[in-house]
Amino acid sequence: MNYGVVSQEQLEKIDEILTEKLIKIGVDCVIIIDMAGNIITAKDNGTSKYDVYSFAALAAGNFATVDAMAKLVGEEEFSLLFHKGTDCNIHFSKIDDELLLISMFGKDISLGFLRLNVVETIEQIKKLWARD
Amino acid sequence: MSFINLREKIVQIKIVYYGPGRGGKTTNLEYINRKFNKQIQSEMVSLKTHGDRTLFFDFLPFDMGKIKGYEMKIQLYTVPGQVKYNATRKLVLKGVDGIVFVADAQEQMREKNIRSLNQLYENLQTYKQSIFKIPLVLQFNKVDLRNQGIPILPTSVLKKDMNSKLKVPSFEASALTGYNVPETLKKIISSTVVSIQKKLL
Repeated sequence: MNYGVVSQEQLEKIDEILTEKLIKIGVDCVIIIDMAGNIITAKDNGTSKYDVYSFAALAAGNFATVDAMAKLVGEEEFSLLFHKGTDCNIHFSKIDDELLLISMFGKDISLGFLRLNVVETIEQIKKLWARD
Repeated sequence: MSFINLREKIVQIKIVYYGPGRGGKTTNLEYINRKFNKQIQSEMVSLKTHGDRTLFFDFLPFDMGKIKGYEMKIQLYTVPGQVKYNATRKLVLKGVDGIVFVADAQEQMREKNIRSLNQLYENLQTYKQSIFKIPLVLQFNKVDLRNQGIPILPTSVLKKDMNSKLKVPSFEASALTGYNVPETLKKIISSTVVSIQKKLL
């Protein structure tokens, strides 16, 4: 799999999955980034506008830091992260060694429901790549 | 590694400002942020300590316009220069496409520059990248201090110290006044874009 260039078809399918599995259940914004801080794709619900480029840079740094901490305590990885706020929450989940799925969501969705959907989303994305 | 979005025709390029502590990496980005504010859509992100030292990195996204229909999004990063933060420096270097090495031209910094450059060589190796192959520009910063009677190394010495093997473009500069800051940026962007084109074609 080549992350440097993702085909248009692959991106469209990924966007479909993100819309279907996450945006439709009420997630405000979903971003897939690589560990270098590049945005692979970003989807939002049309009303939330975030500065996704800065977000990606910070998120990659954040995840890399947590990864280094995991190693220090003898864990292979902490594959998910969750930040809780009053109105906005952020959920990070590793797709594979290179990619990260980030969901920003409000009070209307429960964390459990989101996590179930994130797991399914990641499975579908992985299948997509396995096929190509 | 640059990321190319074929659908939206966007190329994301990561350029890292590297160098010894208090050398002027953040000041470079701050000048670019002020000078080119029309091309910068979002705020500069700085993760720093209370003492204004860079803790993790600074981040500045910069729109360069289009090349062959592709929108170029340049992502400028700095690393923390302090010796103890090498783990963080390594993290920031992940996926780097081009590097500006900001050296401090003061005489007393001579050894620190060389150490930092050697560490850059080692850090790049951990990502299987070679300092001799990656687009790199050297900047000899703080030459303005010469006017204030502070001992500054002659450019010939700086070049001999750092550029005798690398043989990359180099600039005398003053990040505080902006002297040669845009020139450094232009040079690293053009070298990086050329290198990405070569890789793709």
